[in-house]
Amino acid sequence: MKKFLRKKPADLFLSLFTWLCAAATFLVLIFIIGHIVINGAPYIRPSLFAFRYNSDNVSLFPALVTTVMTVMLSLIIAVPVGVFSAIYLVEYAKRGNRLVKLVRVTAETLAGIPSIVYGLFGMLFFVIWMGWGMSVLAGACTLSIMILPLIMRTTEESLKAVPDSYREGSFGLGAGKLRTVFRIVLPSASPGILAGIILAIGRVVGETAALLYTAGSIARIPGSPMASGRTLAIHMYALSSEGLYTGQAYATAVVLLVVVIGINAMSAYMAKKIVR
Amino acid sequence: MIKSTAKTERIMQGVFTLSALAAIVAVGLICVFLFAGGVPAMAEIGVLDFLLGMDWSPRDTPPSFGIFPMIIGSIYVTAGAVLFGVPIGIFTAVFMAEICPKQLYKILKPTVNLLAGIPSVVYGFFGMVVLVPLVRGLFGGNGSSMLTASILLGIMILPTVIGITESSLRAVPGELYEGAVALGASHERAVFAVVLPAAKSGVMAAVVLGIGRAIGETMAVKMVAGNQALLRMPNEFLRGVRTLTANVVIEMGYAEGLHRESLVATGVVLFVFILLINLLFSAINRRGAK
Amino acid sequence: MDKFILRNVELWYNDFKALKDVSMDVERNSITAFIGPSGCGKSTLLKSLNRMNDLIEGCKIMGDFLLDGENIYEDIDVNMLRKRVGMVFQKPNPFPMSIYDNIAFGPRTHGIRSKYKLDEIVEKALRDAAIWDEAKDRLKKSALSLSGGQQQRLCIARALSVSPDVLLMDEPTSALDPISTSKIEDLVMELKKQYTVVIVTHNMQQATRISDRTGFFLLGELVEFGDSEQVFSMPRDKRCEDYITGRFG
Repeated sequence: MKKFLRKKPADLFLSLFTWLCAAATFLVLIFIIGHIVINGAPYIRPSLFAFRYNSDNVSLFPALVTTVMTVMLSLIIAVPVGVFSAIYLVEYAKRGNRLVKLVRVTAETLAGIPSIVYGLFGMLFFVIWMGWGMSVLAGACTLSIMILPLIMRTTEESLKAVPDSYREGSFGLGAGKLRTVFRIVLPSASPGILAGIILAIGRVVGETAALLYTAGSIARIPGSPMASGRTLAIHMYALSSEGLYTGQAYATAVVLLVVVIGINAMSAYMAKKIVR
Repeated sequence: MIKSTAKTERIMQGVFTLSALAAIVAVGLICVFLFAGGVPAMAEIGVLDFLLGMDWSPRDTPPSFGIFPMIIGSIYVTAGAVLFGVPIGIFTAVFMAEICPKQLYKILKPTVNLLAGIPSVVYGFFGMVVLVPLVRGLFGGNGSSMLTASILLGIMILPTVIGITESSLRAVPGELYEGAVALGASHERAVFAVVLPAAKSGVMAAVVLGIGRAIGETMAVKMVAGNQALLRMPNEFLRGVRTLTANVVIEMGYAEGLHRESLVATGVVLFVFILLINLLFSAINRRGAK
Repeated sequence: MDKFILRNVELWYNDFKALKDVSMDVERNSITAFIGPSGCGKSTLLKSLNRMNDLIEGCKIMGDFLLDGENIYEDIDVNMLRKRVGMVFQKPNPFPMSIYDNIAFGPRTHGIRSKYKLDEIVEKALRDAAIWDEAKDRLKKSALSLSGGQQQRLCIARALSVSPDVLLMDEPTSALDPISTSKIEDLVMELKKQYTVVIVTHNMQQATRISDRTGFFLLGELVEFGDSEQVFSMPRDKRCEDYITGRFG
């Protein structure tokens, strides 16, 4: 406290103002989470997790299943493509390669495109042009493009963090490039790549706008990837716009938050592993 | 086990290269389909009538498709978000990088990451059940308004602004801080008069990226902004407003024919906005790298 | 009275003892050089003269540091101390702003707002640092557009802008080419008329050329301290002799 009192007025003001802003940021988060948990927790009942949705129980179970399906499908597409293209950028491409520049620019562009634009594109391309109709597959494909730049970037960064001496050591033993990449480089980079994948899962779980007109919002467990279904976030959106189920909407928000916070914590944990 | 014969080497290199093309193909497809879906509608409506038209009543006979109110709506709401989010974000970043005790940092950093992780539909819900009644109670009106949307978006862009500003502050060489302190500058003066200006391009990049996030946000805005497609003046910040994003998401569910195409065209306008912002962002980054 | 009087100075970085029982007097309007192998504590001692060590976590200091008879760790506000005891760093560190603003930063920090006054200070500082002729036509240009040697003289000018009594220089020429180095050496010789200069250097010839007094440090101890002529021509301590003649470190 003494330290504070000795400061000049201008310095004191600036210092206090930064404290205030940081406190505001912190309190906003606490308030959002606190408000939702306090109001939602009482509504978390077994019926919310019933196998079938009806307007009585407003079960989120089908949405949970759809979410898992969507996550799986979009990862199946985006992870190999993202990781492989990062491998190309870091391990294969020559310095100053034109293609590399183009890939970087387009990946950056993808990262900046808002999800509603992805939704529009997914609708035009997968739903209509490919003729898949509103389906989990169409939604997952749309999302896989959306998370592609995220996976590319995190993989690229973790590949770059692998010391060159590892590669040299492997080459020195007569291993080929491919073997070096898969046996030496990828394993050392895996915590970082995993952290990126987990973040991507978080994006998929939280996404609404890109799914509304690609995967649809039918509250049933989709029998196949070609069926329509609503993910948890869409479910949450539907509940809150219907206005009849505020309590259940709160409860769904709690579940969504728990999932997202868990995913965040996992990703942070993985990221910490690379630092060591 | 992968055999490293020359053939598999070559094949896998091909696979890697093809994968790298995916991002290019994706951007290409997005451009082709959006423009093919939207530009004909723009031509049919008339580009100027579309962009500068004041009236959006797609179901009337004859229909009119003017998105000018939405363009202005997006700009106002984004400007509002910047007004709320940027100062708080920058000061929080300064606090985190230069002022806060280590122990506190360990709490704050995950907080910011969490803010980034909360889904926009949860933000929107929070806005509906907390901010809308709050604004209604404090200022009157019905609560779903430009102001509410701006506040909510301001919160939502915080993590973006904080994250990039913080890392650019940390990238400022320590010698500059030492140089300022060695002249007898206090900690605060050294930070605000030397370190922060030295991180200027990073801070600008943070703001631009925040703008990109705000202008592209859909669900949260739709849930709190009221969504009336009428031209608003900035002094009507307690009235409802419709953004480009909200326009697409609200009407796409039932739109057909020219109406649907005009929504795609709305998406195209949004897309062009975002491309411009991206361009600005990379220009700033390139200048910062020099 | 001597400018600085140090008595029984001890300094720790956490558990590592970086300075052991150092006592010395720094004469007014003279150039005092600190020499010794890297890690010997010479920079550490220099930095503790304007309390830059405060910035380092885990740094603990004991002993007396008297500047004009006042204890700098107890009697003087740290920012006022640093105004009186300026510092020039190893690597030129101009702020990423205009040349003018670089120099004006210090005076502005200490409350000078008048444009006229600032103009005057900027010109004087740049003249004193022998860079006025090169800089006068480009005061509004970024300081980063200057060459390395010019940047370092700018940093000296910046240090002079708050009219200090003492100028601490931490290997100010180690990042510069020979021509810039000799310019700065000439400048330092000139500066001692008005200021007390303490300079850390790796360059033995530099210490011989410019310093009046020299201190030789080894493993945190001040092994030898005296007139430069004596230290370099007939060192009393065997270790100092070995170092100077090149048989050491």
